[in-house]
Amino acid sequence: MAEHKNITLNMGPQHPATHGVLRVELELEGETVVKARPVIGYLHTGIEKTMESKLYYKALPATDRMDYLAPMSNNLGYCLAVEKLMEIEVPEKVKWARACLAELTRINSHLVWLGTHVLDLGALSPVLYTFREREMILDIYEACGGQRMMTSYIRIGGLSHDLPVDFDKKVRHIIDVLPEKILEYETLLTENQIFINRTKNVAVISAEDAVNWSLSGPMLRGSGVKHDIRKANPYSGYENFDFEIPVGENGDAYDRYKVRLEEMRQSLRIARQALDGMPEGPYRAHVPGVVLPPKEDVLHKMESMIFHFKIITEGFKAPCGAVYQAIEAPKGELGFYIAGDGTNHPRRVRVRPPSFVNIACLPALCEGGLVADVVCAIGSVDIVLGEVDR
Amino acid sequence: MLEVILISSIKVIVVVVVLLTGCAYATYMERKVLAFMQNRIGPNYAGPYGLLQPIADAVKLIFKEDVVPDNVERLTYTLAPMISFVPAMLTFAVVPFSSNFTLFGYEITGVISDLNIGILFVFAITSLGVYGILLGGWSAGSKYSLLGGLRASAQMISYELSYGLSIVGVIIIANTLSMVELVEQQSSIGSWFIWKQPLGFLLYITCAVAETNRSPFDLPEAESELVGGYHTEYSSMRFAQFFIGEYGNMLAVSAVATTLFFGGWQGPLLPPVIWFLIKVFCFMFFYIWLRATLPRFRYDQLMNFGWKVLFPLALFNTLLTGLWVLWLGDVLFGG
Repeated sequence: MAEHKNITLNMGPQHPATHGVLRVELELEGETVVKARPVIGYLHTGIEKTMESKLYYKALPATDRMDYLAPMSNNLGYCLAVEKLMEIEVPEKVKWARACLAELTRINSHLVWLGTHVLDLGALSPVLYTFREREMILDIYEACGGQRMMTSYIRIGGLSHDLPVDFDKKVRHIIDVLPEKILEYETLLTENQIFINRTKNVAVISAEDAVNWSLSGPMLRGSGVKHDIRKANPYSGYENFDFEIPVGENGDAYDRYKVRLEEMRQSLRIARQALDGMPEGPYRAHVPGVVLPPKEDVLHKMESMIFHFKIITEGFKAPCGAVYQAIEAPKGELGFYIAGDGTNHPRRVRVRPPSFVNIACLPALCEGGLVADVVCAIGSVDIVLGEVDR
Repeated sequence: MLEVILISSIKVIVVVVVLLTGCAYATYMERKVLAFMQNRIGPNYAGPYGLLQPIADAVKLIFKEDVVPDNVERLTYTLAPMISFVPAMLTFAVVPFSSNFTLFGYEITGVISDLNIGILFVFAITSLGVYGILLGGWSAGSKYSLLGGLRASAQMISYELSYGLSIVGVIIIANTLSMVELVEQQSSIGSWFIWKQPLGFLLYITCAVAETNRSPFDLPEAESELVGGYHTEYSSMRFAQFFIGEYGNMLAVSAVATTLFFGGWQGPLLPPVIWFLIKVFCFMFFYIWLRATLPRFRYDQLMNFGWKVLFPLALFNTLLTGLWVLWLGDVLFGG
């Protein structure tokens, strides 16, 4: 008998379905995957190190560039961590506004995920529909902070500007329109036999394995583990909101699809509650020397101007100590570990990115499957390489 | 004698030119229709409504550098695009596109060649097209291409049988293999074969999509999995040949479907050739519609679908039609 040899296929880093620059080394027997090895690092930008060398508030824009599909979540995670370190209590309005924006961001991220995931499965159209809807959310970002992707809108101690005047109207428009659109995607996909064939029992991970791989976010909930940091460990006023945590049963790609679609609906629910209950008040905490004073005061009050000048030029000094703050980002648990050493820049910043941890289980997801399943697995994990490599 | 040769030659040239233009504008149609279904505008820069886009594409492809990787199997690498391209053209040799008409005093038939086994010829020729893909994928020396080629051959084996069987029903009813006679038997809408062979038609159209490697059966070139599949390593005009081959094949199976199930060129008021084109482009629209809507099958699911669903159904349809004609033939078709 002739010698039997497996094919080694190099998938990526420039491959249409690896969502950026993920590289997967596949060992194939025919089309069956015997071994898969994800190789990362092609987008390493040294974000953690960059943040360590900057003033606390200047490190913020770097977070936008990690998970660039969910900039507000990254901002929020970082700001919450620094606020914890500095023991800043933000005004109520800020909490509600942040929650609202974080939920819009979740929808934003899930929309892109849905479009690209089914594009990998060969359905060409949904990606254009989801990007059309995403546009509405980007418009809100633009109205808030002027930027559509790298928002840096959520700042330490509050927001960079007050919410725009038509914020309420614009968000309510999304809340009204989006459910129909989600239904539209469901019409195309949920009952589609080809889609079901491609995703049911594909890239399966059991609840136990999911916990052992320390997966988080929809990856974890898709396997049936009802864990959501927004409920388990509420931050930014999430204890005020009433929402469900959708969970799957089988932990396959189809369940994760269902979970994410339902999460979008729940996010709309939270956004509506946040709008309804949004209290009046300042959009920044009043912490002289740490949080910028209102522009009005800077122009008219001596002390405010001095504080403004001091903060901009030399930042603020954080106490010695370390904090860890995790939030439920669209892709899972996004944690910031920040160690302050009494100077005006962090001694150590360590990010716990959901994509990085979730992608680690890729071999477990696709070994034994076909090449087509690898694409489905990568898609259903929902990774952003900017966040994986940092 | 000279007259016959001359008339045939002119007809061949006209058909080939129309066909190539048709292929070019099928790409335009695909891009436009897809764009409208997806909330986009589609090509709109080259000429009014982007109508010159296919020409711009052709010019671009001709002037592109012809990159040939080092480790290719030269002969088959060169032949493969032609093998996929030529059969698509050949099909039209026997497809009747119009009724007989008189031009400058000459009686002209509406088909290049009225083969008495026309439909067999079509099926023999179209199944050759896949060899182009298979050899192209194998000879290009790239693993992605190889996988594309493997998939193509698996797909061919799974679908060829049902594809052939799906039209047996029509042939049993019509009692002829000549494409011209098939069309003549469907002179009114009521006598279109689709009414007598609905299952046969569904099987045919499903297999035809698989046969032409179109979405949702576009596994051999599955972009998101195999980069470009069999044509990953092809560039310039070689790639264009594959491309024209694909669209030519689509046109071919659409033309055959029109002839077999929808009365070919028959239709009221408008000239026959216009009817023929309208029907063919309805099928093209259907193809594009599918592509805009459906995700892609997986390789093993496609094989299962071919063997476990389509093949038994095609056999069943053949059997049913046979029994039907045997027992009711006299009543229904006047013996």
